[in-house]
Amino acid sequence: MWKWFHKLASPPHFYRLAATLIPWLAVPGLMLIAYGAYAGLFVAPEDYQQGDAFRIIYVHVPSAYLSMMAYMFMAFGGAIGLIWRMKLAHAVGAAAAPIGAAFTFLALVTGSIWGRPMWGTWWEWGDPRLTSELILLFLYFGYMALRSSIDDTAKADKASAVLALVGVVNVVIVHYSVEWWSSLHQGQTLFKEGGPAMDASMLYPLLAMILGFTLVFGALLARRIRTEVLYRERRTRWVREMILSPEGGK
Amino acid sequence: MVAGLVAVTRRDLLLAWKRPGDVLNPLFFFAMVCTLFPLAVGPSPEQLTFSGPGVLWVAALLAALLSLNSLFLGDHEDGSLDQLLVSAQPLPMLVLGKTLAHWLTSGLPLVLISPVLALTYRMPGNVMGVLMLTLLLGTICLSLLGSIGAALTVGLNRGTALLGLLILPLAMPVLLLGANTVSLAAGNEMYTTGVWALAAYAVAAISLAPYATAAALRISNE
Amino acid sequence: MDAMAMGNYGMYVWSCFGITLAVILISDVRARLRHKQVYREIEVRIKALEERK
Repeated sequence: MWKWFHKLASPPHFYRLAATLIPWLAVPGLMLIAYGAYAGLFVAPEDYQQGDAFRIIYVHVPSAYLSMMAYMFMAFGGAIGLIWRMKLAHAVGAAAAPIGAAFTFLALVTGSIWGRPMWGTWWEWGDPRLTSELILLFLYFGYMALRSSIDDTAKADKASAVLALVGVVNVVIVHYSVEWWSSLHQGQTLFKEGGPAMDASMLYPLLAMILGFTLVFGALLARRIRTEVLYRERRTRWVREMILSPEGGK
Repeated sequence: MVAGLVAVTRRDLLLAWKRPGDVLNPLFFFAMVCTLFPLAVGPSPEQLTFSGPGVLWVAALLAALLSLNSLFLGDHEDGSLDQLLVSAQPLPMLVLGKTLAHWLTSGLPLVLISPVLALTYRMPGNVMGVLMLTLLLGTICLSLLGSIGAALTVGLNRGTALLGLLILPLAMPVLLLGANTVSLAAGNEMYTTGVWALAAYAVAAISLAPYATAAALRISNE
Repeated sequence: MDAMAMGNYGMYVWSCFGITLAVILISDVRARLRHKQVYREIEVRIKALEERK
């Protein structure tokens, strides 16, 4: 187990493994998304309350879910990097941040567009999920700003890992405090957990979308981690040999 | 262990005594931000009563942020931060001492002058009490959160903008709890939930934040 | 055509799906470009070092 773990964590091995992994994540991911989008848009029946507008759920929920998942990658990557001094884990954290910010942005935009026909406004402060997502986006911005203002990579890794960990605690507090706050102001949510059970023809496309988005996220993450690994290892022998070798290492 | 904390706090308080500007400037800033709002939205009493809790809280948050930059900067420049780092005393305790001194010279004065500004917003006495209580708990949280941000950015010369970007998302729940608790009190509603939540936040921050700050200081000074 | 109109919600639904597709594509392109850029910088440096030998 440990041997396998060490091999996985060795940068040259991971660099090559990630390259072979990317198509295996991206292709099934895109296929699932294609199925989910088709079934969600054309096959699933319309919602009895929201009509066809509810179909936005098929892009909104996976984005919102990945915005959290990417943050977890950032925080766990940082924690593992700090505790076991594993450089690859820091690279995972650094790679997850821009992708997570992109999905958070998506969750905000799709939520806002969904809100327009439902609430009659582009932005509803009373919705606890949208407000939490907005604060999450700010956390991503802070993380990336801190990273880019420290020149020394090793230092940037550790400092941003501390920030990501403090941010995890904050995400939980934000969730509960925003929920409390919106309950004071009769906040309205776009969809409720534990509401009427979703019909299978509505649910399966959603599950396909969530899984598909996750796989595509994995592919994007693998690509970005490769870049991080390459940059961090730029002065090592294996990178030099790889670049000078006839087949290269793109 | 506590001796180190007390020594650091005493030293920082003495330093603050010699440079009263550092203590007074955030207070003036607080007062001025509170003046901006009535000038911008008009002096109607209903509007002031309605927006008072929120405005006072936002102003306090910004003033607290303004004073954070200097938390470790002086020590970083004159080298006494390196001394703290190699000290035999546990670093989180020393950090807690510094944060305590910072709160006594920036957070507490804000709490103490807040009733004067609350008066100009026509806030009744009992609500003022709640405002002071939430600000008391809230500024403790903000000083501790801010110490993490200040430790992460010490020596980066990026100024308050980066610090704000790091700290404000973390501080949002504190603002949300504090300001809404005061609003609830102003509307004669149950407000104790917010006070307890803030108190819990403060206790958690006192016990956890110094460790994060100590770790951040070590990273920044490698 | 009815399926496209989405009962007057078409603009909202389609723009959401469109923006999602665009953001994912942009993320992928940006990741590729960044990799290429980092790779090229390292390549230039290493080849320059090689020639000096």
